Amino acid sequence: MNSSDIAQLAIVGISACILAPFLGSYMERVYAGKPHPLAFLGRFERFIYKVTGIDPHEQMNWKQYTVSLLEFSFISIAVLFLILVGQGFLPFNPQKYPGLAWDLALNTAISFVTNTNWQAYSGEASLSYLAQAAGLAVQNFLSAAAGMAVAVAIVRGIARGTDSREGLGNFWADMTRSVLYILLPLSLILAIALVSQGVVQSISGYVPTLSFEGKNGLIPLGPAASQIAIKHLGTNGGGFFGPNSAFPFENPTPLSNILEMLAQILIPFAFPFLFGAMVKDKKQGYMLFMVMFVLLSIAVWGSLTSELRWGTLEGKEYRFGKAGSALFSVLTTITSCGAVNAMHDSLSPLSGMIAMFDIMIGEVIFGGVGSGLYGMLALVIVAVFIAGLMVGRSPEYLGKKIEAREMQLSMIAIIIPNFLILVLSAVAISLSAGRAGIANSGPHGLSEILYAYSSGAGNNGSAFGGLAANSVFYNLTVGLAMLLGRFGVMVPMLGVGGSLAAKKRVPQGSGTLRTNTLTFGVFLFFVIIIVAGLTHFPALTLGPILEHFLMLQGVKL
Amino acid sequence: MRIPAIPARIFKSVRFLFVMTILLGIVYPAVVTGIAQLIFPDKANGSLIVLDGKVRGSSLLAQRFDSPQFFHPRPSATDYTYIGAGASNQGPISAALVKTVEDRQVTWERSYGSLAPEEMLYASGSGLDPDISVDAALAQVNTVAKARGLSDYSRRALVAAINEQARASKGLIGVVRINVMKLNTLLETDPEYRGTVTRQ
Repeated sequence: MNSSDIAQLAIVGISACILAPFLGSYMERVYAGKPHPLAFLGRFERFIYKVTGIDPHEQMNWKQYTVSLLEFSFISIAVLFLILVGQGFLPFNPQKYPGLAWDLALNTAISFVTNTNWQAYSGEASLSYLAQAAGLAVQNFLSAAAGMAVAVAIVRGIARGTDSREGLGNFWADMTRSVLYILLPLSLILAIALVSQGVVQSISGYVPTLSFEGKNGLIPLGPAASQIAIKHLGTNGGGFFGPNSAFPFENPTPLSNILEMLAQILIPFAFPFLFGAMVKDKKQGYMLFMVMFVLLSIAVWGSLTSELRWGTLEGKEYRFGKAGSALFSVLTTITSCGAVNAMHDSLSPLSGMIAMFDIMIGEVIFGGVGSGLYGMLALVIVAVFIAGLMVGRSPEYLGKKIEAREMQLSMIAIIIPNFLILVLSAVAISLSAGRAGIANSGPHGLSEILYAYSSGAGNNGSAFGGLAANSVFYNLTVGLAMLLGRFGVMVPMLGVGGSLAAKKRVPQGSGTLRTNTLTFGVFLFFVIIIVAGLTHFPALTLGPILEHFLMLQGVKL
Repeated sequence: MRIPAIPARIFKSVRFLFVMTILLGIVYPAVVTGIAQLIFPDKANGSLIVLDGKVRGSSLLAQRFDSPQFFHPRPSATDYTYIGAGASNQGPISAALVKTVEDRQVTWERSYGSLAPEEMLYASGSGLDPDISVDAALAQVNTVAKARGLSDYSRRALVAAINEQARASKGLIGVVRINVMKLNTLLETDPEYRGTVTRQ
């Protein structure tokens, strides 16, 4: 590591840790409807409620909240699908791109509505400005807002007292507030900052050029900065241009790289603090933050070590270097962002594995906006239950008894993504349609498939890009993984929120297992490692770990 | 509480999506475009290189250079195409990658008579990386000067220009790099480096 690598790491880490507590307490005020610095936008908020016929004070129980979420998400998928297949007939299409094939359009629609942003296409080579700005970028905001809203609703359920008139909140109000007071202002600032570094923002058509040596070319432009800002802040990750944040128009300087990394961890870092404020026990938030931060530090250390020792500059940009690329690859996979500034397919085997494992662990090392928190809460509930069994205490979390129903729902939320990763990878490797997509031979080929379904089920969106993923087989199976990986975790966890909301708070006694302590943090850490490790270690052995040892032996395939 | 009939609820979802699309899909990008075009028009429009009123490329996107009269950028897996650019995605133990890297070393040695800096052997992530190391730029100076028929004085001025660009690139974070496009633009615009070359 040279001094500029250390500077990048320090700037990103320290700024995020300083900003996150403030953002967390600000977000608590926003969601609770308390006064806050941006409350002057309340006029717009009320206007939105008026024209959409929303009553923000209408309290929803967990079923109503879930139904609203699912209906809105499926309508969003349908509308986005229609925009993508019909872009040829719509305006703002300077390159006259035709509509996407049905399977690619379906995959892309699911991808953006589930906050995954898996991309089996190259933006600048296949999409109109309208499809990008009014289709994809809108879902970048709304899928992020949905994740945040669901997390807030679940925490309300956990924190709720005995007043049975309270529900989990109002889905539409939570969506609107997430967009208006959190995502939109931050995006506006970031977008302008990115333009100052050289990110393009234009609605003119592509620019014809004559190269220095006299060859004709066409430089792609578009409303990129506005979309790239929310792509990071909403942990979406879908690039405006094919090579994502490696493309100079998408991430032109070391400073823009720092801003993009900071943006993708900012809101996920704030969520544990928001949690602590909502349950009125800040130490609970600190405990979750510390567990996540330790896991993150291990991942950063491992990835940097491997990449600086064994990595090459293949697939990397010179302005980011090996360290700036390795750090980005960790931050984009611990959060469910999935933007890439270097090609993960060409990372050293262990750095590639760490990126994959960050996703396999359930996107809970901070994770996606909102989704990281409720994913972590599933593991907390399991940890509370196991700890309760071990020391012979009745398991409680924040004064609510953890019983069979919460355990069943949490286990479903944990098992579904893991099940999707392993089973779909096994199916793909067994079928010629699956093997047809592999680009590299040997263990790396397995890694490409394993990464694809991890990315889909974990709603990450990054890829081992060599995999030829734009086939009917991959479009549909990855689409399925994204859909179930999103709603198969959201819905059971909303169920947990609903179930805990209905329970009486029992006062803390001497027999209570305290969950805001270092001891519990350490215990939770090992539960997370064991659950993810036992599930995925066998598959990783056959992929990146085998590849690492082959590399040390000097084997070339 | 009564759950409203399904059509009414779906209508609510559609209305919400419609309003949000206006706000986030039209108003927001329009506002960002307006501000960007006002404050940073050059950057917002692609940092274009314009010579004699003609767009010759972007200073952020590398292009293909074959002639020894220009500095050469990093290798591109997609032949420097602007649309559909990308990387090789070859894995760390790929035999094909080893072969390609060996070939690039041979080509570099033939042109510049030295060991190639690492970034000149490995294709970039975007296929359009405009930056190279100071070493890679300095290694190419003599070849460029010779091809352009530069005097020894101009050649040394070129070395100084490279070192100056390196200093300026350091910035806050300290990543020292040379932008090939800016360097080649300098060759084409400064009479000092024009030498005996006529512009295409």
